[in-house]
Amino acid sequence: MLNLNNVSITFNEGTPDQKNALQRINLDLQKGEFVTVIGSNGAGKSTLMNVISGNLSPDVGDVFIDDKKVTFLPEYKRSTMIGRVFQDPMAGTAPSMTIEENLAMAFSRNKKRRLKRGVTKKRKDFFQEYLTTLNLGLEDRLTAKVGLLSGGERQALSLLMATFTEPNILLLDEHTAALDPSRAELIIQITEDVVKKFGLTTLMVTHNMQQALDLGSRLIMMDKGQIILDINGDKKRELTIEDLLQEFKRIRGEQFESDRAVLG
Amino acid sequence: MLISLFGAVESGVIYAIMALGVYLSFRVLDFPDLTVDGSFVTGAGLTAISIVNGVPPVLATVLGAMAGFIAGCITGVLHTKGKINALLSGILMMIALYSINLRIMGQPTVSMLNESTIFQQLEAIWSRLGIDAFFNGILTALGADRVPTTWVIVIVMIIVTLGIKFLTDYYLKTEVGLALRATGDNQKMIRSLSANTDSLIIVGIGISNGLVALSGALIAQHGGFANVNMGIGMIVIGLASVIVGEAIFGKRTIAIATIAVIGGAVVYRIVVTLALQVDFLESGDMKLITAILVIIALIAPKMIQARKEQKRRLRKRAELSAQVEEA
Repeated sequence: MLNLNNVSITFNEGTPDQKNALQRINLDLQKGEFVTVIGSNGAGKSTLMNVISGNLSPDVGDVFIDDKKVTFLPEYKRSTMIGRVFQDPMAGTAPSMTIEENLAMAFSRNKKRRLKRGVTKKRKDFFQEYLTTLNLGLEDRLTAKVGLLSGGERQALSLLMATFTEPNILLLDEHTAALDPSRAELIIQITEDVVKKFGLTTLMVTHNMQQALDLGSRLIMMDKGQIILDINGDKKRELTIEDLLQEFKRIRGEQFESDRAVLG
Repeated sequence: MLISLFGAVESGVIYAIMALGVYLSFRVLDFPDLTVDGSFVTGAGLTAISIVNGVPPVLATVLGAMAGFIAGCITGVLHTKGKINALLSGILMMIALYSINLRIMGQPTVSMLNESTIFQQLEAIWSRLGIDAFFNGILTALGADRVPTTWVIVIVMIIVTLGIKFLTDYYLKTEVGLALRATGDNQKMIRSLSANTDSLIIVGIGISNGLVALSGALIAQHGGFANVNMGIGMIVIGLASVIVGEAIFGKRTIAIATIAVIGGAVVYRIVVTLALQVDFLESGDMKLITAILVIIALIAPKMIQARKEQKRRLRKRAELSAQVEEA
């Protein structure tokens, strides 16, 4: 469903600030796979998301979605296939527009936008039905401006908007990081539900190791622009935070040694 | 007095079309577009010179509006494809249009006094209907000693402007319109929902300036001339209409906001007309009056709101201390 083939990207090349944000990344996601991505700040997680979404194009390498090469397809065209939820709850919705208008815009994601009414009676019923699944009472507030909603409500709405057109790929970029623990728990719950319901191929970046372990079928750890750990299946199910930390230390240590060896 | 107020409403309704254009760029797209000062004249100038050269007035008016649309699209391209700051791309287009407008007109002023404009054609049809006599009869009965020469302009323009308002309202609720509004609200989000924000901005600024130019074309025919300087300060007049209108009539929904903008344009004309009746004010003071009006419309609602809020708090405190004393 999603392939990254030897993808590299360097920022500020040739300056003292040079940063190899992604180094020869190879990644293969099967349809319906739910991958969690962890790694420290600057590991390249966000860059990875941006390369997939089309916000950035790689220096080298190619990106394929559903076997279609999309490396140079602009973001807005690619997003017919990609649903995204951002870290900032403000980023995924239009605050001065109503809930139903926001949903209508998301509804048009994989269709051509026309000069027809965006919010029709039929769609309203459909939106209402979907909102009911959130259990937040948003179904009774269709004409409320989204700017009036709380962060958690907005993030739940963003999640719904990103998923209900059943995109080929769902990108979640630390989408619970800005919420309090109980709201984060709720959003995670909704995430699990929708991913399961539609069988979405999902890539979720998180800083929360427990979350990365609890969710999904596969776990990727990134460091310095590389994928240093890729675990799935039974092995992932048995993994603990302790294991992860040790693994991280072991690999980083080794990495460090080998770097030094190269320098020497 | 009555006659000059009548004239204020008449031109106010025509300027309202320009204000709707400014609403589209300034409010909907959140794009402070200064192209307006130039595109208003483009519409006026092209229409005037076309009429002088024998083009039927309706067609000439459409041409003028289309020229404004193109000018707006170029501003949009400068901003989106050329990555020039919104304000600057508008300023550049405005200054470029000054020369282009002079070229179109061939001279600084084009007079249509000997030509038949769209309004004169309408008047010819209108005068046979006898509606003027009816309205003026009412006015005279109410005690007016002087009556307007014709009602055709104000009535037809109210219909046209309201028509444009309803079209705008509808457009902003279509799938494309929703995307356009989101472009002004949260570009990152609507791009992630597969909308091409660049083309939305280009078309949006195009439509905005098309309306501005249409207004210019009609104002030129109303006044009987086009002048290369008639657009100076137009953006501020547009903003004044939008801001004054929203302050007086509200902006809760699109439909309310657009009617408020039209109301604002008329109110603005009335205020200016009344101000000019004051002895020591001259027509040169108009721009100052406009600026002061905008400042008041921007500050007053906030002050009223703050005052209300303060009163509410004081009342709450008073209630609470009364309760404490009782207990």
